[in-house]
Amino acid sequence: MSDKKVVIELRNVDKSFGPIDVLHNINLKVREGEVLCLLGDNGAGKSTLIKTLAGVHQPTRGEILLDGKSVTFDRPKQAQEMGIATVHQFGGTFPLMSIGRSFFAGVEPTKGWGPFKVFDRKTANEIAVKAVQDFGITRIDDGDRLVGGLSGGERQSLAIARAVHFGARVLILDEPTAALGVKQAAHVLRIVNEAKRRGLAVIFITHQVMHAMAVGDHFAVLIRGAIAADFGRGEKTREEIADLMAGGENMAELEASIKV
Amino acid sequence: MLHATFSASQKTIELSFGKTGMATNSNNQNDTGSSLLGLFRRPEAGAAAGFVLIFIFFSYFGWDKNFLTPLGSSTWLNFASKVGIIAIPIGFLMIAGELDISIGALIPAGGIVLAMGVELYGLNIWLAVLLSFAVAGFIGFINGMIVTRTKVPSLIVTLATLFVIAGLNAYVSKQLAGTTQHSLQDVGVVSEFLMGDYHTFLIGEGDAALTVFKSLQSSFFIWLIFAAVCFYVLHVSPWGNWIFALGGDQESARNAGIPTSRLKIALFMLSAMAAALVGMTEAVLANTASTTTQFGMIFNSIICVVVGGVLLTGGFGTVTGTVFGTLTFGIVFQGINFTTFDKDLNMLFIGVLLLVAVLMNDSFRNWATRASTSKKK
Repeated sequence: MSDKKVVIELRNVDKSFGPIDVLHNINLKVREGEVLCLLGDNGAGKSTLIKTLAGVHQPTRGEILLDGKSVTFDRPKQAQEMGIATVHQFGGTFPLMSIGRSFFAGVEPTKGWGPFKVFDRKTANEIAVKAVQDFGITRIDDGDRLVGGLSGGERQSLAIARAVHFGARVLILDEPTAALGVKQAAHVLRIVNEAKRRGLAVIFITHQVMHAMAVGDHFAVLIRGAIAADFGRGEKTREEIADLMAGGENMAELEASIKV
Repeated sequence: MLHATFSASQKTIELSFGKTGMATNSNNQNDTGSSLLGLFRRPEAGAAAGFVLIFIFFSYFGWDKNFLTPLGSSTWLNFASKVGIIAIPIGFLMIAGELDISIGALIPAGGIVLAMGVELYGLNIWLAVLLSFAVAGFIGFINGMIVTRTKVPSLIVTLATLFVIAGLNAYVSKQLAGTTQHSLQDVGVVSEFLMGDYHTFLIGEGDAALTVFKSLQSSFFIWLIFAAVCFYVLHVSPWGNWIFALGGDQESARNAGIPTSRLKIALFMLSAMAAALVGMTEAVLANTASTTTQFGMIFNSIICVVVGGVLLTGGFGTVTGTVFGTLTFGIVFQGINFTTFDKDLNMLFIGVLLLVAVLMNDSFRNWATRASTSKKK
């Protein structure tokens, strides 16, 4: 496992907003074909961490290495161009646009000449449908359907397929399974596994230990802006992970205290 | 153990995929079933149906007063064309999630800049037309800049600029020309023909002549051409995709690399220039330009757009729908004069029409997003 190439690495990264320290001394490595599950309670700094990776924030100290080379992103667009794609919950798709149009928003395929460019609907639909079907969502077969008519899992899958199609190498998934039903979540987890099989480095943020354990190769738990635990698959039990996510408290005790 | 549970559920999904999986590669064939469904999926079908109903209704009740004759039709077509030229860019803005009500003051601004340019400063008519477009474009640019920089709702921003421009119209007019009513003498055959004249087209001669249209204003033809160009921009060219994406989810649109601010500013400039164009056609036709702010046109253009099936919340709409909406509005507004109904009822008609249209659009939106488990935004 560890012989795989490291795609992105954080080295001693600190981030503070004015006097408030949000991240302390973060060290993380994500290899190609590997899923890193980033776990942590609300306010632990998960969002700040992924925003730093995506170029929204710049680290106060420390460095980000892409393929072993130190990089700085001034804008999110730069990170995107270097293959770091962030897919937010339901983000990247437009409910009232067709699948083909939504897939190619901003990078429309055109035909025609000079200023008289024509949006190539047929090509757009074909590529979009194929890209999504290659990820195993065969229910999507008509590129003219509205995105709003898809299920939450399918929309999430469409957004991931879109990111991969446009050359993402590092895929940051921000709670893709929150707010999804059991079956829909399984859909998305399947897509995550497919992205992993294709050799992408995936950073998967979730609240659900079950989902993390289903796809994760590597786990990092954030507590108050620091990495509290960093372990591989099968090294810890579900209960231990849940305790860590709750900020180190014993969940069994917490649960017991709820019961009357 | 957990892992086993997961892969079991994965298998069930794969099984259910197996059943529907055969639909692959059949997406190129358009069987009648799906194209029929596609028709109902389009909100402009609703706008078109509404137009046909209203048209039949007024054709019947207005028969005795020549509603259907070429001259009668011109009455409401001429009226519709002026609203229509403004309604299309307002529709663009609404699709992109914005609104522009400053057009009420930009219509007279377009007219008086043209009139003053020609009469006061002796400019060539086409130079004055360019000047008028430039002034309007600049105001649209200001609107767009304020909206994109401050994130203040465009309703408020353009409400403010509406009054600013209305004030400037009157003040500048009086300072420069000493009046708020400007005359604009006939300035050449070509400009009259293109911008402000009545056109009649007959086939044959004498009593046997077949009237194709009679007394249609130039603005009607401008509207047709403008609608065709806008149809191209919104539905055929790649820019249309940007406008839809902008109204669908601005954050995602920006992430996808669409220049959202520049696009919005361009749309505000387009609506301002369209309003100025209407003002200019009115000035050339009537040979006068007045500084009176046209508050009515603000509501009229919004009504046309909404009746045409554009969602008030943005993200969806069509040019065809807006054109049908404008035609419907034109008939209801003017058609009442051809019937025996009391003229005061036309406002009531329009109100009901608007309400029906909004409810229909809303059901469309719900229908389109029904299968989604997404959070309502």
